[in-house]
Amino acid sequence: MKSLISFREALNLALVKEMESDPSVFVFGLDVDDHKSIFGSTDGLVEKFGGERCFGTPLSEDAMTGVALGAAMSGLRPIHVHIRADFILLAMNQIGNMMSNLRYMSGGKLTIPLVVRAVIGRGWGQSAQHSKSLHGVFAHFPGLKVVLPTTPQDGYSLLRSSIRDNNPVIFLEHRWLYDIVGDVDDERVVPLGQAAVLHEGDAMTLVCSSWMNVEALKAAKVLARRGLAVEVVDVRTVSPLDEQTIVGSVKKTRNCIVADYDWIFCGFGAELAALISQRCFGCLERPVERLGFAPVPCPTTRPLENLFYPSALTIIRAVERLFGLEEADLNGEPFYSYEQRFKGPF
Amino acid sequence: MKKEEALSLYRKLVLIRQAEEKIRQEYLKDEMKTPVHLGIGAEGISVGVCHCLPAGSRTFGTYRNHALYLTVTGDVDGFFAELYGKLLGPGKGKAGSMHLSAPECGLMATSAVVGTTIPVAVGAALAEAYKGTSGTVVVFFGDGAMEEGVFWESLNFACLKHLRVLFVCEDNGLAIHAHAGGRRGFRSILEAVAAFDCYHAGGDGSDVPAVIRCTRRVLHRMSEQPKPAFLHFSYLRFLEHVGPKEDFDVGYRRRPSREESARLDPVLRFEKELLRIGCTLDDLEAVRTAVKEQVRHGVEAAQNAPFASPMELYTDVLA
Ligand SMILES: Cc1ncc(C[n+]2csc(CCOP(=O)(O)OP(=O)(O)O)c2C)c(N)n1
Ligand SMILES: [Mg+2]
Repeated sequence: MKSLISFREALNLALVKEMESDPSVFVFGLDVDDHKSIFGSTDGLVEKFGGERCFGTPLSEDAMTGVALGAAMSGLRPIHVHIRADFILLAMNQIGNMMSNLRYMSGGKLTIPLVVRAVIGRGWGQSAQHSKSLHGVFAHFPGLKVVLPTTPQDGYSLLRSSIRDNNPVIFLEHRWLYDIVGDVDDERVVPLGQAAVLHEGDAMTLVCSSWMNVEALKAAKVLARRGLAVEVVDVRTVSPLDEQTIVGSVKKTRNCIVADYDWIFCGFGAELAALISQRCFGCLERPVERLGFAPVPCPTTRPLENLFYPSALTIIRAVERLFGLEEADLNGEPFYSYEQRFKGPF
Repeated sequence: MKKEEALSLYRKLVLIRQAEEKIRQEYLKDEMKTPVHLGIGAEGISVGVCHCLPAGSRTFGTYRNHALYLTVTGDVDGFFAELYGKLLGPGKGKAGSMHLSAPECGLMATSAVVGTTIPVAVGAALAEAYKGTSGTVVVFFGDGAMEEGVFWESLNFACLKHLRVLFVCEDNGLAIHAHAGGRRGFRSILEAVAAFDCYHAGGDGSDVPAVIRCTRRVLHRMSEQPKPAFLHFSYLRFLEHVGPKEDFDVGYRRRPSREESARLDPVLRFEKELLRIGCTLDDLEAVRTAVKEQVRHGVEAAQNAPFASPMELYTDVLA
């Protein structure tokens, strides 16, 4: 069945479907069972499935991550939820020393089917401790899968695939995506490890993660008006990475900008740039360009926060610079602004 | 308590209350682009504890830090400048409400990640012992922070090393919307802490004189024989977890009765005390009027102040 729903509803629907079809799936974490239900994504789960399958926890991220791991090794499919990815840093021991290693160290005897869901991205002055993406950090560890959906359909399909996957999956959801509405076909399966071409073009490939896809699509529209057809590739899963789709696109366009929703230095963008430089060396017309956060902690105040984050405009200016074009006059161009949509306090 | 001392405490309480009531009004205009965790109901704890601290003490806190910041610094203009994201704020607007600090006044750091300043305060106390200085270090945190392993690890280490650190638990019985009963597998906070080699005491955080008595007692014992101390103060969080509104009607807790509200409001309660010791209604009114002007000025100055220049984005990252 197809329906027009928001990203948050899509996540909720995926949880409901998986909990209906598999009694070993359960959802836990701070605040999953309160009236705000993680920005609506866990809405109604307690009512439908009871407090044994959807429950809040003490503030104990490290221990709760170990609890998820133990439950997963024992035949359950836990989904551990964090309202901000920054809090997963408290659980890095369980993730980096245990979760990612146990299967390997057991000689393949252990199976660890669990999902860690976390919200990333901007809000109302989220500042340095509530804004990290961390996908590059997680993907650095062999033994973890890392997923960053962008569209409501992918939110739905990739969450279902993540829950069904027999490995630990870190699933990162951008806060602004929650309000984005799109068609969701509830039968559509999207396996982990496949990128998606969101917009076709032959002049330049924009390889993007999470919210940067939304910015890139806007940039593609603006650039199309001056005859530049850029291709937008949504990586969708950071690990495993769909090298084929990315490399295929760059071989076609011979130009590439990597726009990652994270810091640039030592980040996932560096991995992409290295991959593309290596696999497309002969056909690149210029070095791969990288866009990302400014190399500072995320500031609270809005004018600096706006400079911290890359945007459609950043992408457009980078494309113009690389092609030696004059900067288009974009005064009056409506860019995505959350001023009208997103209000405080959180 | 002497009248003069009591009136100076009252001034602090009123300043914090009026500043936060002002935030409640102004916040709806969407100009303060920072999440605000208001402490209406909790003012008595920061004010009472800090009142007892010897000069040179250092403090640490959480995102619910407005009372702590204002009581330690008295810096109304800087406070509002930070909330409006302006350059003249203590963090140049980079910090926002959740991360206020003023190291020059001993307020070393506050943090929006629960429990994270607790071991840092212990480290500051270790430095005092290491250098042979006798400064007191205080860390304020919510009851939820005690569910983090780091609280117990920090307490254990501080006790082991006999550090002069004061742990202050501001217990509102809630972590966002989750009640204590759904989060704690132990019977009582004070009982659990009592197993450690530290001084401990507790009481009603809405009762400022009681907070002061309690704090003085443990500080005195700490000065006689250095050991950590743990203070537990309960209070009512009058507003929603984050944001300017009340939330008694959304279903997870009941609205307090009029009598409860009056009893649990540290400002109203302290007014009774002031009248009891001989202050007049005019004395109180004079304080409120002076503070009102201070708050009005702070907000107006902040609204008209400049933001940081774009280059400020890149400053202050490394020494
Ligand atoms: C480590 C961590 N986990 C989760 C959160 C999200 N969170 C913010 S405040 C809060 C509740 C904390 O309760 P408590 O410590 O009692 O402080 P209070 O807000 O009641 O003052 C939670 C869970 C966080 N900020 N940090
Ligand atoms: Mg609390």
